[in-house]
Amino acid sequence: MSSAQKRISKEFQECTTSPPPGMTITLPSETDLHKWSIQLTGPPNTPYANGVFNLTLSLPTEYPFKAPAVNFATRIWHPNVTNDATGNICLSVLKPENWKPASRVKGVLEAVRQLLVEPNPDDPLEARIADEFRTDRAEFDKNARSYVAQYAKAGK
Amino acid sequence: MDSDDDFISNMSSEDDVMQDDTDNDDLSAADEEFDVFDDEPDDNPAVTSMKSDKKKGVSFDVSFRVYRPIDVQNQQDEMIDEVNMILEMKKEDAAIMLRHFRWNKERLIEDYMDNPTKVLEAAGLGPSSSRPPELEVIPGFMCDICCEDEDGLLSFAMKCGHRYCADCYRRYLTQKIREEGEAARIQCPTDGCQRIMDSRSLDILLTSDLNERYRELLNRTFVEDKDILKWCPAPDCENAVECGIKKKDLDKVVPTVDCACGHRFCFGCSLNDHQPAPCELVKKWLKKCADDSETANWISANTKECPKCNSTIEKNGGCNHMTCRKCKHEFCWMCMGLWSEHGTAWYNCNRFEEKSGSEARDAQAKSRVSLERYLHYYNRYANHEQSARLDKDMYQKTEKKMVQLQTASGMSWIEVQYLNMASQALQTCRQTLKWTYAFAFYLARNNLTEIFEDNQKDLEMAVEALSEMFEKPITELADAKLKVDMMDKTAYCKKRRVILLDDTADNLANGRWTFSIDLKGLTAGAGSTGPRR
Repeated sequence: MSSAQKRISKEFQECTTSPPPGMTITLPSETDLHKWSIQLTGPPNTPYANGVFNLTLSLPTEYPFKAPAVNFATRIWHPNVTNDATGNICLSVLKPENWKPASRVKGVLEAVRQLLVEPNPDDPLEARIADEFRTDRAEFDKNARSYVAQYAKAGK
Repeated sequence: MDSDDDFISNMSSEDDVMQDDTDNDDLSAADEEFDVFDDEPDDNPAVTSMKSDKKKGVSFDVSFRVYRPIDVQNQQDEMIDEVNMILEMKKEDAAIMLRHFRWNKERLIEDYMDNPTKVLEAAGLGPSSSRPPELEVIPGFMCDICCEDEDGLLSFAMKCGHRYCADCYRRYLTQKIREEGEAARIQCPTDGCQRIMDSRSLDILLTSDLNERYRELLNRTFVEDKDILKWCPAPDCENAVECGIKKKDLDKVVPTVDCACGHRFCFGCSLNDHQPAPCELVKKWLKKCADDSETANWISANTKECPKCNSTIEKNGGCNHMTCRKCKHEFCWMCMGLWSEHGTAWYNCNRFEEKSGSEARDAQAKSRVSLERYLHYYNRYANHEQSARLDKDMYQKTEKKMVQLQTASGMSWIEVQYLNMASQALQTCRQTLKWTYAFAFYLARNNLTEIFEDNQKDLEMAVEALSEMFEKPITELADAKLKVDMMDKTAYCKKRRVILLDDTADNLANGRWTFSIDLKGLTAGAGSTGPRR
């Protein structure tokens, strides 16, 4: 596993020194490089702006030959994130048939952030929310903002 | 395009089948092959007589061919050689191209002639340099996967030029081949690079046991890629069977095939022979029979079948955009329709779910009322299944019986073969009888049903009579008269079975049965094709 350790610590270093915009990455446990926690500030000009979202990223032992798993720990109103405590994300790069060993965590995190800028209602995890996003954007924005206010307030 | 295809296919009848087959969307071509099973009312007597001529023999038999593993390999090699010669490309590349085109050689050649660059790109053979791939040590190289940069690190790159250390390449391939069962479509490990691993690169990188597994998987994709080929489902049987029956015709024909290993199965659904009942009916029946068990409830609640290859799929998370792990078919979990045709219409799926939800509730209420009727048919179905099992034990005892009979009567081994024949006839007939009850359960009552039930009754009586004779003690079996009776009865049973199957298949082919269920099912897709002439 030493080769994976080398790669993971390198990636972690990269991600902490030049993180994707609006993200802070830390290790919840100094000894376990396989579990990362991410704090993401909602991108500006989106209903998620100013919200602070916590995410977890776990790297499987087979990493980088198997894709990492990313979950929202903070509840979020979004078509591609399950509206429950698990916060599963539907991200094509994380699917086994799309993941490549040369893919990077940073790319994954950028894709997660991009998902907040541009939700993808054609591949919904929450059909109801996707429906709302498509047909009643004002209502969607309102719901997303109220979720931010309720769950993703800074300092909470 | 049609006439071109016909011209090419005329050169070899085998190609004809392949070509037609992958050309599913081309309804006119597909229909032609199945003229025999035309469901239009026959208002033209000349056409009718011609059709019945075509159907001489038994209408429930379909034509098929059994391929041994070596034949499967040879078939692939032949096609690869052909493409290699016609398009003057390397064999590895020809193989990748053929797999990309799901072994539709004609379309590959046509498309390639049209726009070689585009086709190569799409097949994962993008722009290539001429140098053959090899393991190399490159000074100052660092592997982007494991981040190793020690001196003398062996590295490898395909023609796309993305270089990684040999160890990472091997781990990647092992993961794909061993864990994910992938072979034909393993891409370069680089994010976004769609270059496909070719067999020569694999030869350089893989250990022999992994290479063997890879070949095995490749062979498998060849059979799985082609709708006219299917693996024999018998355990340990490595044969594949070729049959031209198309999925959309499964409501008109029950394509039972005989593998060289002796296993009789349905080409449509790979289950054991279930003539005369059509696949969709069998599927519904089996589901119904299993409905009591918790497992069945769980399966129906949590899984669906891939609309293309029928693999059972459990959705354990993720969105509605499903990609079948086995056949790579992309579909919507809600409506089971093609994802590509889906566009932005998933909204309708939401509605569809509501509607089907209420339908499901209605269906449940109805099923309770009809439970009694169901049990009538089920008990008879189950009884034949049970008897067939007992007869099978009997079959194992038959040999012993035959030996005993030889000593008791002084008959020779050849002369006691009639017992073996009787035992086999019993098995086959019971298998048929069993399914006649599932068939009858879904049948609406009319004159045809009465004829069917008469046939069923005749066969059943004959089978029970033969079964009784078969179980007589050795002393009675030694009687020469009983031997003649038994041989007669065996022949009679076989004849009754053929009559029943022939009649059922004929009516099925001509769409004369009225069923209480839709035999097209969700999976058939094509649906009715409407008037054609």
